Amino acid sequence: MLVPEAVLDRAHEDVHKTQPWNNPDAVPYIRFENVTKKFGDFYAVDDVSLDIYRHELFALLGGSGCGKTTLLRMLAGFEEPTSGKIYIDGVDMDGVPAYERPTNMMFQSYALFPHMSVEQNVAFGLVQDGVSRSEIRELVAEMLGLVQMSKFAKRKPHQLSGGQRQRVALARSLIKRPKVLLLDEPLGALDKKLREQTQFELVNIQEKVGTTFVMVTHDQEEAMTMASRIAVMNEGVINQIGTPFELYEYPNSRYTANFLGQVNLIEGVLVDDDEKYAVIKSDEAGCEIYIDHAVQGHEGMTFWAAIRPERLRLTKEAPEDTKYNCVSGKVEEIGYLGGISTYHVRLASGKRIKVTEPNSTRQIEPRYTWEDSVWVSWEAGAASVLNQ
Amino acid sequence: MSSDKLTLKQRFDRWMIKHGRVLVIGIPYFWLFLFFLVPFLIVLKISFSMAEYAQPPYSALFAWIDEGVTITLNFGNYLFLLSDSLYATAYLNSIRIAAISTVITLLIGYPMAYGIARARGSMRSVLLMLVILPFWTSFLIRVYAWIGILDREGLINAFLLWTGIISEPLIMRQTEFAVYVGIVYTYLPFMILPLYSTLEKMDISLIEAALDLGCKPWQAFVKVTLPLSLPGILAGSLLVFIPAVGEFVIPELLGGPNTLMIGRTLWNEFFANRDWPIASAVAIAMLVFLVVPIMWFQHIQTKQEEGQQ
Amino acid sequence: MSGKRSTFLISALAFGFAFLYVPILLVIIYSFNEGKLVTVWSGFSTKWYVSLFNNDGMIDAAWNSLRIGVMSATLALALGTPAGLVMSRFGRFKGRTLFSGMIAAPLVMPEVITGLSLLLLFVTLEQIVGWPAGRGISTITIAHSTFCAAYVAVVVQSRLSGMDISVEEAAMDLGAKPGKIFFVITLPMILPALLAGWLLSFTLSLDDLVIASFVAGPGSTTLPMKVFSSVRLGVSPEINALATLIILAVSILIVIASIMILRSERMRNRTANASDI
Repeated sequence: MLVPEAVLDRAHEDVHKTQPWNNPDAVPYIRFENVTKKFGDFYAVDDVSLDIYRHELFALLGGSGCGKTTLLRMLAGFEEPTSGKIYIDGVDMDGVPAYERPTNMMFQSYALFPHMSVEQNVAFGLVQDGVSRSEIRELVAEMLGLVQMSKFAKRKPHQLSGGQRQRVALARSLIKRPKVLLLDEPLGALDKKLREQTQFELVNIQEKVGTTFVMVTHDQEEAMTMASRIAVMNEGVINQIGTPFELYEYPNSRYTANFLGQVNLIEGVLVDDDEKYAVIKSDEAGCEIYIDHAVQGHEGMTFWAAIRPERLRLTKEAPEDTKYNCVSGKVEEIGYLGGISTYHVRLASGKRIKVTEPNSTRQIEPRYTWEDSVWVSWEAGAASVLNQ
Repeated sequence: MSSDKLTLKQRFDRWMIKHGRVLVIGIPYFWLFLFFLVPFLIVLKISFSMAEYAQPPYSALFAWIDEGVTITLNFGNYLFLLSDSLYATAYLNSIRIAAISTVITLLIGYPMAYGIARARGSMRSVLLMLVILPFWTSFLIRVYAWIGILDREGLINAFLLWTGIISEPLIMRQTEFAVYVGIVYTYLPFMILPLYSTLEKMDISLIEAALDLGCKPWQAFVKVTLPLSLPGILAGSLLVFIPAVGEFVIPELLGGPNTLMIGRTLWNEFFANRDWPIASAVAIAMLVFLVVPIMWFQHIQTKQEEGQQ
Repeated sequence: MSGKRSTFLISALAFGFAFLYVPILLVIIYSFNEGKLVTVWSGFSTKWYVSLFNNDGMIDAAWNSLRIGVMSATLALALGTPAGLVMSRFGRFKGRTLFSGMIAAPLVMPEVITGLSLLLLFVTLEQIVGWPAGRGISTITIAHSTFCAAYVAVVVQSRLSGMDISVEEAAMDLGAKPGKIFFVITLPMILPALLAGWLLSFTLSLDDLVIASFVAGPGSTTLPMKVFSSVRLGVSPEINALATLIILAVSILIVIASIMILRSERMRNRTANASDI
């Protein structure tokens, strides 16, 4: 286990309610059991097991072709798993067609019916269930109120803006009160500004209606802002599942560390492993890395220390103690972004280290310039140790 | 949801979905099979039988003799096709005329398709419409229109005589020339449309990139536009070539008595000579010629369809 | 684009369209010619229209053609729409290659072959099962709807391929069953394509000479057959008048249909573009 004990210790009684995944007695609401989906010879999803709990806003995160959408479509019933089982609320979904599943989906393209008005679009699901006319009218009005689209009830989809259509799609997929709402890149078609605003709106609506949301996205920022937990997927398998915090601070692989945010990966071998600390010697960086917890491994094993750029300190003078966690180099690139600056420091070994520093005070001129000799150092707790 | 808990209605619905699919495939499948594929097998069968003065005018292929079925295959029709040079001439003529017409159609159609694809939005749809419109008006009437133009007493001759360029009317109708004009005229839209659709899809910045990298306009055309529009050229050419080989109306109305084409030969065998087996053999021989281009055409269609999906 | 090149393109277009339209215009102009000769303009007259409407054989043939056209186009739509649906939405199934072959081949098959083969089928069927008893309007209708169905299938298929499949998935997700999805969602969305397919079939049927000549029986002479027998003898002003009427009718029909299709197309494009707003 590469995660320090202290983090695991936090899983005590009072978080069981808000973090059911840390409660061994909690019953998962959605369960994937060894699900595999093959298209021809290609494994789109490869032996995935995954539990999602009630009221979660769960995000499947990964690049294109990682299998996240296939996983979602299998939950919706558009694709049948090649093998494995899917349960929703304890019911085996095998052979249950899409139109009988307790799920509804919000499509990436929104898939609004172009020949129907906003009202008719939203009412469609209820009409299929044979709900009475007066009840439909009432529910549609309520739902359009929730997404603030009451004014546009009579419009056709082509008369709406992208953001408005997104709301209609949301209303349409929520109106049947599904057990699970599936969202396929829900904000993918919106521009950046609208996207940020809508992220919080979606979270608020989810809290209001209490439905379990499962969302597919390729945007790590979106996943981190919205999701209670995230599954990072790559090549049909789940690399890591965890809260945004856990994934960022304690990635379990170089892939996850790289995928969420930016990271410096420093390769080295374990030279000292104690109960309380460990030391990794890196030829690549030309330094020894001191870790403030034990690493399970034998000496001589290869590890990677993953250090976020914002956890690195940049100084002109050498720090007091240069034995551990400290390298020197030359500033090679500078990116001034206003709020922060990023620096690329070239080490003697040729490796480049990326450092970001907040510009928390106003300066007369930039702190560093090209070819400045600098020291890069970090705290003992800053690095995550990865073995894959 | 295990199957024993399903309601009767759910079971019925699932059965319908499972078998409804077969039904939706089955009806058009059966129809096309019966009225498109089976007829060819019958043509094949009759091409092996002998002509008889009977109703229908051919001998039976299967006969009950001594409580067993005997099949009398008669290759005579095919041997006859080989022995009489009339048929070989008709085949070669058809292919030659169709090929030359296809090339002319391409030469006229390509710049038109290119011009339309490069026209501005609203203009483009108007021009496209103008290409499609004649296709909707009667084919027969469009061929007929050329009779009045190419005839000995037709408009071109009248005009040329009036200007004094010629003193004797030119013989244009009832020549191979008139057949070319007719085929090019009626099949031009079939060439332009597939060409247009590939040219329209082509990214104009590809040509700009070629020009930017130092190509002269004609080089950019030869090296970029032409290879990229090849699928359209192929589809259009096959759409013109295949039906033109079997064309009957155009050589009949515009061609002379010497303009032998295979469609016309088939027609005459069938209607004038009432020799159904020979007509069938002619049809089978024509199909053998056309199988390769037809398969090719279908291949292009399928590729295009997969590309769209 | 260089000026030289666009001059070339414009003259190519001008030449091409002149080539396409001048013969048709001449037919129209000479339908109003008083005299019988095409070459000589002897004054404006509508007498050929009068004589056309008094030509009972021609009127009967036109009536036959219209009936066959409407029936074939409707039947072709009923057969071609599921065929197009199968091709674009049903994925792989046994015999798909043969199926797509039977849809693509009629588009290019020489008419003489189609005509002959269908006639032989009808004759054989009559011998074996006694149906169809004799040939006439019904056999022509079957023949026409078969090759028109292929056209409809292609039109429907290409429209469906361009359509966002998730709209249909959304309907299923919201509880609609496949059959219902087709009628409530798919059908309204491909309506312009269906209209185009019907019109195309109708004109193809109205226009066909060769196949009809093979499978026609006594008393089922169609308009093209009638026109053909009279045109064989040379130019006739009555045919000019008929041609003018056909061109007029077709043009009006096409313009109306195009406006309808364009309008719905524009709506669709706006739907697609609105996400940029």
